[in-house]
Amino acid sequence: MWKHHAKFERNSIILTIGIIIAVSIGGLVEISPLFYLESTIEKVEGVRPYTPLEQAGRDIYVREGCYVCHSQMIRPLRDEVERYGHYSLAAESMYDHPFQWGSKRTGPDLARVGGKYSDSWHVDHLTDPRAVVPESNMPPYAFLAKQELDYHAIEKHLAALQRVGVPYTKAQVTNARADLEQQVDPFAGEASDLKKRYGSKVQQRDFDGDPSRLTELDALIAYLQVLGTMVDFRTYKAEDPENLR
Amino acid sequence: MSDRERDDHSGTETTGHQWDGIKELDTPLPRWWLWMFYGCIAWSVVYWVLMPAWPGITGYTHGMLGKSDRAAVSGELASLEALRGHGLVKLKSASLEQIEADPQLQAYALQVGQSVFGDNCATCHGSGGAGGKGYPNLRDDVWLWGGSLEDIRHTIQVGVRSGHAKARGETVMPAFGRERMLNTGQISDLTEYVVALSHRKADGAAVARARQTFADQCAACHGPAGTGDVARGIPNLTDAEWLYGSSREAITDQIMNGRNGVMPTWEARFSPETIKALAVYVHANAGGDVGPAAAAPVAAAPSPAPAGR
Repeated sequence: MWKHHAKFERNSIILTIGIIIAVSIGGLVEISPLFYLESTIEKVEGVRPYTPLEQAGRDIYVREGCYVCHSQMIRPLRDEVERYGHYSLAAESMYDHPFQWGSKRTGPDLARVGGKYSDSWHVDHLTDPRAVVPESNMPPYAFLAKQELDYHAIEKHLAALQRVGVPYTKAQVTNARADLEQQVDPFAGEASDLKKRYGSKVQQRDFDGDPSRLTELDALIAYLQVLGTMVDFRTYKAEDPENLR
Repeated sequence: MSDRERDDHSGTETTGHQWDGIKELDTPLPRWWLWMFYGCIAWSVVYWVLMPAWPGITGYTHGMLGKSDRAAVSGELASLEALRGHGLVKLKSASLEQIEADPQLQAYALQVGQSVFGDNCATCHGSGGAGGKGYPNLRDDVWLWGGSLEDIRHTIQVGVRSGHAKARGETVMPAFGRERMLNTGQISDLTEYVVALSHRKADGAAVARARQTFADQCAACHGPAGTGDVARGIPNLTDAEWLYGSSREAITDQIMNGRNGVMPTWEARFSPETIKALAVYVHANAGGDVGPAAAAPVAAAPSPAPAGR
């Protein structure tokens, strides 16, 4: 049997076909179950696509390379759960393109930073990190407060995300610009179209402390304030056998 | 082509290939490496049997050990709770005053409080709790929302303008300047008036001009004498404590833009016991607001560790 090995080694076409078959089997066995196994597709209530403003903030997060120092995944380890809160669920990042899990923590994990600090703290901290955290080695991002948010292509952006599987509705895509502007309007109220489209938990207010302008800081803080807040862990049953893995 | 022959010098076989008279040795793999390779294959079989490994049609093989990271962490958290057991149970049942009165339990609460404070509260209030511009100082005896044990516990639980249904801070200060409720002249007069309220030298004419404005616009919340109202978190303007700064520029800025502080609710992040411990810690750290009973623990309170990170 071993001498047939020579046929593969001496014929590049047969070798290539052999490699393709071997790799395909490995891939099918490892990857394809992730698409159909119930246990890999978590059903969790509350996770929704990002609002246009949050998505714009997410893009700034990615643009500025926040992921280089901050992870967004709380691992199921005692010390992490004690410090950051409930471990991250796969479903919580299902609409992230690209995901921001990361493995490098120069700064703390941000998976549940939403609601942990006030907006004005984020403004102070992003403007001058050492003003509020003396031992911090984070660079300042004061320029975010000065830059108007560029959202001329936000509809296209949402449509692109829709293409890769984020379940934005048609109305959400066509009204993206209005929704984005509405989220920073402190007088939009409970009955706003934004809340109708994205749920009543959406946070609507002026985030950067300067209601006269819509800045990149508004978008980034809106994004930070929603991180890890979509799933209600008072109702999530972590101990259910189907949730244990 | 392939005439394997034994090389005289090394004693191993050649592959039989030959190019321009150069032959290739077919040195066998070192035995130790080969056995480790076979060992790894054997180990992988053991691993499949013991640990979650193979996906199937409806599920995956769970392995004989039934290993689950999520079950493991909840077990570890339970054992952590058991480790803290004694103190934790007592914290649950004791009232805040009882915790403070029992030196042993208080020491325990202070330790819990200090650790939680360092991870969560110090970010805004400073590692020593001394606060900063916009973040209240927790070490003095001036309290926006009351400095009794119960007040502190309640504030930690629901937060201030935090979005919690019962959050403190229904009253907000309007942005008198930005919203054009007052003009620049009125605001600069009011600034002088507020400076005068805190027993500092101020422009007398401006103070006289601002008297009516203060009565119309500010007194409803800050009181006719400017002494504020702790029940509604309204700052006292007559003392020497300033959240956003005491300078004229800072006061003008506040009247113009009316910032309203936000403190998150911690109800969803901490257990009720942890919130109690934190309240005891903050209370002791500040020197205690009420009663002589609180005076003694102050000395025992560990001073917050200097930022060593």
